[in-house]
Amino acid sequence: MSSHSRLQQGQLQQAQETLWVPGALDERCLVPVLESMLGQGADFADLYFEKTISESWSLEDSIVKDGSFSVGGGVGVRALCGEKTGFSYSDQADLQSIRKAAAAAASIAGGPGGQVQPIQSRHHHPLYRMTNPLDTLGPDAKVALLQQADTLARRMDPHVVDVSVSLVGSWKTVLILASDGTLAADVRPLVRFSVSVVLEKNGRKERGNGGGGGRTGYALFDSTTVTRYVEDAIKMAQVNLEAIDAPAGTMPVVLGSGWPGVLLHEAVGHGLEGDFNRKSTSNYSGRIGTSVASELCTIVDDGTLQDLRGSLTVDDEGTPTQYTTLVEKGILQGYMQDKHNARLMGHGLTGNGRRESYAHLPMPRMTNTYLLAGQDEPEDIIRSVKKGLYAVNFGGGQVDITSGKFVFAASEAYLIEDGKITAPVKGATLIGNGPEAMSKVSMLGNDLALDKGVGTCGKEGQSVPVGVGQPTLKLDELVVGGTR
Amino acid sequence: MDIERELDTLQDRIRLALHIAEQHQATAEVGAYQDQGLSVSVRNGDVDKVEFTRNHGFGITVYRGQCKGSASTSDFSDAAIERAVKAALDVATHTAPDACSGLADAALMARDIADLDLYHPWAIDPQQAIQMAQACEAAGLSQPHIKNSDGAYVGTSASVRAYGNSHGLVVAYPQSRHGISCALIAAETGPKGETMERGGWSYSHRVPGQLQEGADVGRKAAERAARKLGSRAVPTGEFPVLYAPEIAGGLLGHFIGAISGGSLYRHSSFLENSLGQTLFPDWMNIFELPHLPQGPASAPVDGDGLATYGKHFVEQGILKHYVLGTYSARRLGLQSTANAGGVRNLRCSSTHSLDELLSMMGTGLLVTDVMGQGVNLVTGHYSRGAAGFWVENGTLQFPVSEVTVAANLRDMFRNLRGVGSDVDARGNVQVGSILVDSMTVAGK
Repeated sequence: MSSHSRLQQGQLQQAQETLWVPGALDERCLVPVLESMLGQGADFADLYFEKTISESWSLEDSIVKDGSFSVGGGVGVRALCGEKTGFSYSDQADLQSIRKAAAAAASIAGGPGGQVQPIQSRHHHPLYRMTNPLDTLGPDAKVALLQQADTLARRMDPHVVDVSVSLVGSWKTVLILASDGTLAADVRPLVRFSVSVVLEKNGRKERGNGGGGGRTGYALFDSTTVTRYVEDAIKMAQVNLEAIDAPAGTMPVVLGSGWPGVLLHEAVGHGLEGDFNRKSTSNYSGRIGTSVASELCTIVDDGTLQDLRGSLTVDDEGTPTQYTTLVEKGILQGYMQDKHNARLMGHGLTGNGRRESYAHLPMPRMTNTYLLAGQDEPEDIIRSVKKGLYAVNFGGGQVDITSGKFVFAASEAYLIEDGKITAPVKGATLIGNGPEAMSKVSMLGNDLALDKGVGTCGKEGQSVPVGVGQPTLKLDELVVGGTR
Repeated sequence: MDIERELDTLQDRIRLALHIAEQHQATAEVGAYQDQGLSVSVRNGDVDKVEFTRNHGFGITVYRGQCKGSASTSDFSDAAIERAVKAALDVATHTAPDACSGLADAALMARDIADLDLYHPWAIDPQQAIQMAQACEAAGLSQPHIKNSDGAYVGTSASVRAYGNSHGLVVAYPQSRHGISCALIAAETGPKGETMERGGWSYSHRVPGQLQEGADVGRKAAERAARKLGSRAVPTGEFPVLYAPEIAGGLLGHFIGAISGGSLYRHSSFLENSLGQTLFPDWMNIFELPHLPQGPASAPVDGDGLATYGKHFVEQGILKHYVLGTYSARRLGLQSTANAGGVRNLRCSSTHSLDELLSMMGTGLLVTDVMGQGVNLVTGHYSRGAAGFWVENGTLQFPVSEVTVAANLRDMFRNLRGVGSDVDARGNVQVGSILVDSMTVAGK
């Protein structure tokens, strides 16, 4: 434990040096800012300091033709008073700008106010290294990495007509000081590698995508890993070149392990975020203790997994992330919370308070959300289907959390006929209602997998990196929107 | 916001960056913006959020010969600008030369910057904005079946956009945008327990006085939520589909995506090599009006410093122009259409009234909401989740949900049957209802 404590101390110290020292800020001058907001009648106030350094490199036509480097940051100032939120921010992290932002944010207040609690920094297990990922590889090596993917792709299939590759890395340092006594920091690396190919054969063209990433340095992208990303992209395009039109109508659907968990993220996860439930606008509102899925389903949100894209040592309110059971054996257990919604609902914190940047308000967001493994062999699941669809990859999805309706576009899918995977199909869209669909889960594989680290979740205009996962599973019936 | 000062600041920062690039024997182009605003939301009559927004950003692209590098920063100090320019120059030492990269030709630079009447600031304080939002929401909450609110919003922003490059061009102009929106929840208890439906409406304009009346926005949101109650799927089959104006723009958006330079030179468009081909019925014209006064997407210059101009992309059904910026034009051996950054105020012919389109459709699906990302521009494959109304003999019968509509975009475009005069002018694509001849509607 002692080494972890030192590391966390190191994070806080590093964050203070990055975020406070340039503007001559410290606890002594910032606590009075919080006090002034509580003095104006706010019942909670926080300051969120952030600096993000990021880069991207992109390849087209077999050459790396563009790269970009960016630096951004600032401070977000929030005041809460009952259900009201006041928010202001500044990209200048100096005391004068912060005071001005604080006065604006606290202008919504009008309650009795309160006292700032004694500031305490607690030690939390760091879930990733604090090294700047941009420095883990020289520029020439980054260029070579992209070219390696291009060469591999063109060698793998003679029908390749276009290859696009990109490498993106960012290093975000955050520091939170709040009137409830929180002082916490996090230094977050994030890297991502993406490959997209277009294949043309017999007058038909199809695209395929591959990639991955995590909260690591660029060492994650070794030869083996890059080869796998390229293989994934080529295979998706090859399969779709042979694909026939998707069937249309209601049928059994088997979802593959890993990334297809995006369906769970949309169909269940969003509906379990605290804000929607506090406002009773989710179709899961008021359903704790009731059945919302088949009894095979246990669903968790887990921000504590080492080095994963959706993980956080502490969330953007300084709360340590945790393993939260959302649904256990089909019964709804609880929601994901940030400080504001947890307090208003009288629930505990779950470490899900996240924001895109200092210029955005935090809200309850998922981290890594997944369905736990079951007992079935994946082959037995396929074998149990007489006529249906097997979907292994998705382009993305969308949910209406009020009605529970969701839509997903499969980017790689196959027919199942008499228990066997047969022809690939294109253009299959899955549509349904969250709790209804989850009640139709009748078989669950023993092959739980998380996605490769490419997920980005959008909510109210804010994007945050997330992880999804699940084992192979069977839904007894779902509407497939094809053309045949 | 002191607009004159902001205009000066941005132009000054751009000139500084261009100067530093020049000292390093590089050409450069720089974009910068500054915006400031206020947004408030209320929910069930109470204040939910009050946000004061103030953003600025600065992005530079440098060319060392034919090698490109980019950088951006949110810090406008001399030292930060210098660091950004140097970071971009550093990137350009590692990128490979690309014969098509570099500034647009000097001769093509915009000369007279059109005043498009885009700047109408709104001196509204949080309390006034809150009252407007409350009135908007209250009008909606009093409507039948409305049981809850997801909030009403009023916001305003004023901004300055600036662009400059090493040809000596530096352009800066102010603009404003104000908005009001409302989202409400209708509920009813049916055989399967309580069902809830969400409906929303929003309006935005450059001029505060031109905003739709708050109460109308609230009532429209309420109507859009309540009319979805009791929805059901329909049996799978082939039917004509009528896209309501608020989503019909999406269809033209897919078309624009497929004729955009980036997808064409990457061989990622089903409309590659289709210039001069008949893609739509002969009554169809698709055109943009970038200089529309007060237009939601109006802009005097494109992202490469070229003066924007109005043009037909489709004339009498025939594809006349791709959507090109300098780089993609060079890649394709064509001229830029001054569309770096996209199309601006896209419109198309209208042929019928909504009632006429409904009776032409006879039996089919009126789609008012689409969901999901099932559009593949490489193949033209289109399959999206949809909700709306079942129509028989041109008359709305019952609300529909949990269905998908699928077809190939090429077939959908070629067989369009008409475009309504009920134009939705709120966004970048300004069209009426669009009647598509036949699609697979998949339901039960």
